[in-house]
Amino acid sequence: MLLLQQIANGLMLGSVYVTVAVAFTLTISILNFLNFTIPTLFMLAGMVGWSLAFWGLPFGLSGPLPWPLALAGGVVVAVIASLIVERFTFRYLKTRYGDSTEHAIPLVSSLGFLLILENLVRIEHGSDAQRFPGPSADLTLSLAGIHLRLPQVVSLVVVVFLVLGLVWMMKSSRIGRMLRAIAENPDAAGILGIETRRVVPIVFMLTGMLCGLAGALFAVNYGEVSPQMGEDIGSKAIAGMVVGGLGSLWGAVAGGVIIGLIEMMTIHWAGADTVQATVWGALLITLLLRPQGLFGHHAIGKGKL
Amino acid sequence: MSGYWIGLITILSINVIFAYGIFLAVATGQLNLGGAGFQALGAYAAAYLAMEMDQPLVVTIAAGMIVAGVIGFAISFPILRLKGVYLVLGTFAFAEVVAGLILNSDALGGATGLPVPTFIDWDVPAIAAIVVALLVFWLMSTRFGLVVRSVHDDEVVADLMGVNVRMVRVCAFALGAALAGLSGALYAHAFSFVEIQVFNASLSIYVLLYVLLGGAQTAWGPLFGAAFFTLLPEALRDTLPALKEAVFGTLGIEGASNPPDESWRFVILGVATVLMMIFRPEGLITRTLVERLRPLNRAPRRAPAEAAE
Repeated sequence: MLLLQQIANGLMLGSVYVTVAVAFTLTISILNFLNFTIPTLFMLAGMVGWSLAFWGLPFGLSGPLPWPLALAGGVVVAVIASLIVERFTFRYLKTRYGDSTEHAIPLVSSLGFLLILENLVRIEHGSDAQRFPGPSADLTLSLAGIHLRLPQVVSLVVVVFLVLGLVWMMKSSRIGRMLRAIAENPDAAGILGIETRRVVPIVFMLTGMLCGLAGALFAVNYGEVSPQMGEDIGSKAIAGMVVGGLGSLWGAVAGGVIIGLIEMMTIHWAGADTVQATVWGALLITLLLRPQGLFGHHAIGKGKL
Repeated sequence: MSGYWIGLITILSINVIFAYGIFLAVATGQLNLGGAGFQALGAYAAAYLAMEMDQPLVVTIAAGMIVAGVIGFAISFPILRLKGVYLVLGTFAFAEVVAGLILNSDALGGATGLPVPTFIDWDVPAIAAIVVALLVFWLMSTRFGLVVRSVHDDEVVADLMGVNVRMVRVCAFALGAALAGLSGALYAHAFSFVEIQVFNASLSIYVLLYVLLGGAQTAWGPLFGAAFFTLLPEALRDTLPALKEAVFGTLGIEGASNPPDESWRFVILGVATVLMMIFRPEGLITRTLVERLRPLNRAPRRAPAEAAE
């Protein structure tokens, strides 16, 4: 019974990882860009949401906002931040010399943004964890002896619909076709009349939205936010993305759930201290034995755009 | 010398050695985002030998270097099969696995860390840093350096010209790992204590940024990058509060003069990174810059030849 409960917990935890992992895999598959600001955007949504709910709008424009509004504000800030990141990491960084580390330029400047955003939040709010005044987390649902917290179930459902929507968008909508064309070959896409500069920000908007939602769900579920909350989630999401396969949406979903389950099983059998070693060990083994992951494509990571 | 300067020189020397370790891998076009893992290996090897086996300083430091180097050599074969984003993730994952294993090992102290009995003063790291810098400068001027450069610039052409690309990469990666291990061993002895929390992902990121911002084309780059970003926060320690006072004074805000915390220096490092990647992605110190700044005694020798044409 305890094991079943742990599996249920793993699934719930996995749903947060899935959202962030999908954000990672979206930028990698379309732009071939490992965006290290993603964990920070996640954190930003949570922290801004907390700050709006606790202090209200800046400069004393309003009192504390109700929590759903505050979280919506957090998501909006994450989207804006993501667009700013696009402006400076991706848009103007076409390489000039063609050497073998050139693919790293956007990656390195996203590392720069990681430092900027995280430390700005730290300066503004301190590095302590804060209690998020969300709905009571006590709403539990008992199902055949397994206890599920209601906000977690809701967020799992939200995540499932989010991923389904994204898959539909990538497959059938006009924007999705454009994005896939850019992923295939940016030069050819440009010749065929796709304005790369107009379309690429959409990827970053989606990234910001996904991270923002994940951050909001995390704040509601765990009732606690801190400037460090992105680091752990971000690294687990990267692990999930790699295990599932870079560039595949369903791979990221499967990987996120697998990492959530591995984490809970490790805690169940071996204790919390071994989680880091098992999760990253799974990643390392996947990279060494099957670099394309469970569902990934071979072509990712070979340097395209 | 005061304790402040001693501490500064020690950490500067360690950072310079560490940066050279990462530089060797980056110079062959391999981004190594697992620096902290190799440094932790060196630090814990030295700490364990000094603490549990009472080995002398020479043995522990050499052991730190060798352990990191050998593990770097062993892991480089599978890990250098990966490319681009995968390689970055692979090295990053390696560092996390090392940290995770050390955290769970009772012999190495787990989360509480290990005390190190033998203490070294600032002179050992300083001498080591100078030796390492000279070694890397010499290496980059030999045929090996030329081959490293060719592999970095164009792998396919280097291969066609008969360069054993794989061997060059493995050698550079393993040697870099050994240098990172050396910096770790020096760290362990200089601070008399190691704990795994120090060797975290941020450390790997910082040291990679030192190398890339300094410039990975010449051996001057990591030296400059590590020195600049180690000394910058120290320089800002006095300037930033004064600046804040001035800004708040002109805005007329009273009483908000609690000193700015040290997060600002990371914000500055981040802004510098973003700006550098936009305006000078090849790093601050490039090959052309070094050639331009060469002493003038080269110029007259070239002038007659041009005149003769």
